Amino acid sequence: MTVDLAIIGAGPAGMAAARVAAEGGLRVTLLDEQNRPGGQIYRNIATAAEWGWLGNDYARGVDLIHGLNHQLITHQPRATVWRIDSDQGIIWSRDGQSHVTTAAQILLATGAQERPVPFPGWTLPGVMPAGAAQVLMKQSGMVPCDAILAGAGPLLYLVAAQMIEAGSPPQALIETDVDLLRALPRLPRAVPGAKTLAKGLGLIRRIRAAGVPRYRGAKDLRAAQVQDGQVAVSFSTRRGRQKLTSSLLLTHLGVIPQTHLARAMGLRHVYDHAQQAWRPSLSRWGQSSIENVFVAGDGGGIGGADAARAQGALAAIEILHRAGRLDAAERDHRARPLRRSLSRSLSVRPFLDAAYPVPPDFLAPADETIVCRCEEVTARAIRDALADGAHGMRLMRTTLRTGMGPCQGRMCEATVSGLIAEATGRDPSMIGPGRARSPVKPVTLAEIASLGLHPEENS
Amino acid sequence: MSFEGAEVLARPGESVAAALLGRDSAATRTTPVSGAGRTPFCMMGVCFDCLVTIDGLPNVQACMVEAREGMVIRRQHGARRIGKGS
Repeated sequence: MTVDLAIIGAGPAGMAAARVAAEGGLRVTLLDEQNRPGGQIYRNIATAAEWGWLGNDYARGVDLIHGLNHQLITHQPRATVWRIDSDQGIIWSRDGQSHVTTAAQILLATGAQERPVPFPGWTLPGVMPAGAAQVLMKQSGMVPCDAILAGAGPLLYLVAAQMIEAGSPPQALIETDVDLLRALPRLPRAVPGAKTLAKGLGLIRRIRAAGVPRYRGAKDLRAAQVQDGQVAVSFSTRRGRQKLTSSLLLTHLGVIPQTHLARAMGLRHVYDHAQQAWRPSLSRWGQSSIENVFVAGDGGGIGGADAARAQGALAAIEILHRAGRLDAAERDHRARPLRRSLSRSLSVRPFLDAAYPVPPDFLAPADETIVCRCEEVTARAIRDALADGAHGMRLMRTTLRTGMGPCQGRMCEATVSGLIAEATGRDPSMIGPGRARSPVKPVTLAEIASLGLHPEENS
Repeated sequence: MSFEGAEVLARPGESVAAALLGRDSAATRTTPVSGAGRTPFCMMGVCFDCLVTIDGLPNVQACMVEAREGMVIRRQHGARRIGKGS
């Protein structure tokens, strides 16, 4: 099937772009892995918006879902894109069968994943990322009971507040260092986003009012299994070693762009020091280093749902312009309010990035920490390999198989790179990103064979 | 639906992973390298810690599949076996 525009990802960026492009007359296919549109942020929103405790910001995604009702938009749910070829063939899998969609232009709106939070015990049952708890709340109405939240960043406070609102407050918040001294100089620039900051303060007030114990400046986090399906969580603060027990430990240290597809396509990437992550290098319209490939939303750099929505629309009007359906003057006119909204949304990021840096313990964790969850490679093994001279991501892969399991490095890459940086003193921008290859999600050989591609195309 | 022969209830629209987590805290798979127990982790298709066998098909990401009446779910031990299921 051939379309004018293929969009990968039905979160705020992808949905906004689909609507704008379709209204401009383009035939759009929207490919998304989930059963329902919404992405992670607006997951299951068509059903769950009635659960009041998820808050007003969540309900704001409803209009984007309605926007997909357009005759030029085809939404393909449960579609896992595993390869995009330079000649614009997008190969995706559903229920064990692969399909090819060709498109004149492509928009990657793959969103973010949670930044891995590695520490001894993070692979135990009962330890999950805070974002996973949000998925459970949104999709199943399952509210964690007596959970401990650990880490830093706005989502940690949001999850805590939602749990309080739902009548199941967390047992405690274990907070890693907040660097307000480093963040304060960036506060004036954040003024246009004052509403967001006020919302954050409101969440913290709410947590305080609920009497949830908060442990600040926590270091050396560890989890160990205790008999009855519970985890013992220990950490150090200025008051010494602390220990808590719960059936659920939820961790969070922010989110990072999902770039596997972008990297496998060969898009140029840059290391974002403020966000401590790799992102594709993009023009102000979201155009990548390949002319007809665009990136919008958190997959192009973390900005949140409102920024993603504006970026999706901006990419779509530039795509309309390139397709000859919008002249430059009209494009620029329509871009103005979108750029204003985008700059307002992004204004708080430098402050947040500076306030919640990733503590060194989690970039280069203790020796016994399993870094690569798939292949169960520990930090000690990586340090030993480094001492033997494996100084790069690729050497580490061939030596220890880090990133060779089914997640293809999504859970370990940042830590492997952190350990290399620790041992060699090199800047992260000189180390990564690891090479991503198609298929970027596992597919069976039978499925690849059934596509009937010529052998050289399969290589 | 069932997990290891025991009945598991799921809400409409819920993922298999969520339904298994709601059941109890027992591991839903064991790892190929050390055999350690794991349960669904990221819930969004990134980590592959939720791999199970569903209706005989191994290596299925339980967090990406909606629960359906009558599904037969089995714990996945280690890596999937080629051609046989787990």
